[in-house]
Amino acid sequence: MKDALRAAFFIALKDMKTYYFKPPNISWGILFPFVFVLAFYLRNPVDFSPLIPGLLALSLLFGTTSMEAIVITFERMTGAMERLMLYPVSTLTILAGKIAGGAFFGISVTAVLLLGLFFIFPLDIANPLLLFVSIIISSAAFSALGAFVSVAVKQVFEAQTLANFFRFPMIFLSGVFIPVSALPPSLRPVAYAMPLTYSVDILKVSFGYTAEILPTAVSLAVLLAFTVVFLALSVKIMNGRMT
Amino acid sequence: MAIASAPGRNRDHFIIPALIERIGMDAVIVNEIRKSFNSYPAVDGVSFSIKKGEVFGFLGPNGAGKTTTIRILSGLLKPSSGKALIMGNDVVKEPVEVKKVIGVVPETSNLYPELTCFDNLVFAGRLYGMKSEKVKTKADELLTMFGLGEKRNALFSKLSGGMKRRLTMAASLIHEPPVLFLDEPTTGLDVMSARALREIIQSLKQKGTTILLTTHYIEEADRLCDRIAIIVKGRIIVIDTPEALKKSVSAVNPSLEDAFIEITGLKSELMFQEKEGGR
Repeated sequence: MKDALRAAFFIALKDMKTYYFKPPNISWGILFPFVFVLAFYLRNPVDFSPLIPGLLALSLLFGTTSMEAIVITFERMTGAMERLMLYPVSTLTILAGKIAGGAFFGISVTAVLLLGLFFIFPLDIANPLLLFVSIIISSAAFSALGAFVSVAVKQVFEAQTLANFFRFPMIFLSGVFIPVSALPPSLRPVAYAMPLTYSVDILKVSFGYTAEILPTAVSLAVLLAFTVVFLALSVKIMNGRMT
Repeated sequence: MAIASAPGRNRDHFIIPALIERIGMDAVIVNEIRKSFNSYPAVDGVSFSIKKGEVFGFLGPNGAGKTTTIRILSGLLKPSSGKALIMGNDVVKEPVEVKKVIGVVPETSNLYPELTCFDNLVFAGRLYGMKSEKVKTKADELLTMFGLGEKRNALFSKLSGGMKRRLTMAASLIHEPPVLFLDEPTTGLDVMSARALREIIQSLKQKGTTILLTTHYIEEADRLCDRIAIIVKGRIIVIDTPEALKKSVSAVNPSLEDAFIEITGLKSELMFQEKEGGR
């Protein structure tokens, strides 16, 4: 267990050194969340504050999934993923390392965004500990989603396209701009199937808003469950390629 | 000359006690391994063993099953059936233990382009569980050994093909594995780089490393290998020393190439006629 954690740490560290400033990561993982936030701020600076939790969640989603699209598909293309499989580490450890690297990237981008907003607005963070925990767990869930999407394809652009297939509906259905309760009843089950919904909900609570979907602890547990399921599916796909 | 036995028979109940007996002597034991892709048999009942400290060559035309066999032994592919042990560890049941005792140089030099030579070696060492100081010392030692000392801080992407190959080999030796798999290590290299790599293989042999070498270059196999297996269409048709292989053919003063052509031309033809007739 200790060896596996150590190996996952070194894989994550190597990914940070190697891929953080790859062009697709800059456009989708860094610029896109910043442009998104700026666009909504410029449109309505007065009522911008209630959107902040949702925009932070979006930043986490795009940061982590973009990073995974790069680290997994790029390494599959160059053969570096195969080299990783030659080391005495399990597929689970390799993917856990990749997911940790992606999660850290999402957290870093979001932290910079949060700091920037902090200088512009008098941000009222009701529960800083919950904000911290929510960001960590949300980034793990989104990064695992990114890994799941990326192991299924071969090229970076395919991974980004497939990720958008999941990301774009989430923007509109997960309570970022429209509360889930305001969605047509037929769309609500779709919202409940999306990890972003739970992330937005707990981030809202950390900013002092009321939970709309589930009690906070349950939402955190749901996000953890998403992480485990996406990780397990990614491992299954990767191991399936060996047969 | 040892002609490989006819594949297709399940001999596990005879072979396994014999395998256990040989574990102490042999670094690699492969027994009736098969691997099919969409019902095409890429590896079709391959059996061989490699003694500790031996350089064992795998000779065969493209698509013969050399790389697939190495991928199975490296834990990258699961065999459809059969058994393989490396230093006593089962490649299917104990892949992590197997990976601790092998070094693999794949066909392509697939280290990280964005990392320096030194960082690539350190990263490899850390994944083998080596401590920071030890891995750094070993990395510098290998860079010197492979003539890459001056390229220590150069990015992998900036190296020439020969240097990339040497660094890939260095990375596979960072944990001092007792068994090394070299898949076409000199393919595409210039004369000097290929020669340098062959000298390194010789020195590893002298240090007692067990080596499985696949190559297209018959002269290379002749010069480096203690024994050679000739593999055609996923089946080993003969295993013997280079000298014995040369003696086994009809040509006057034959080279290993003459032996290879005669053996693969005749034996494989006979074998496949037999296989077709059996259907």
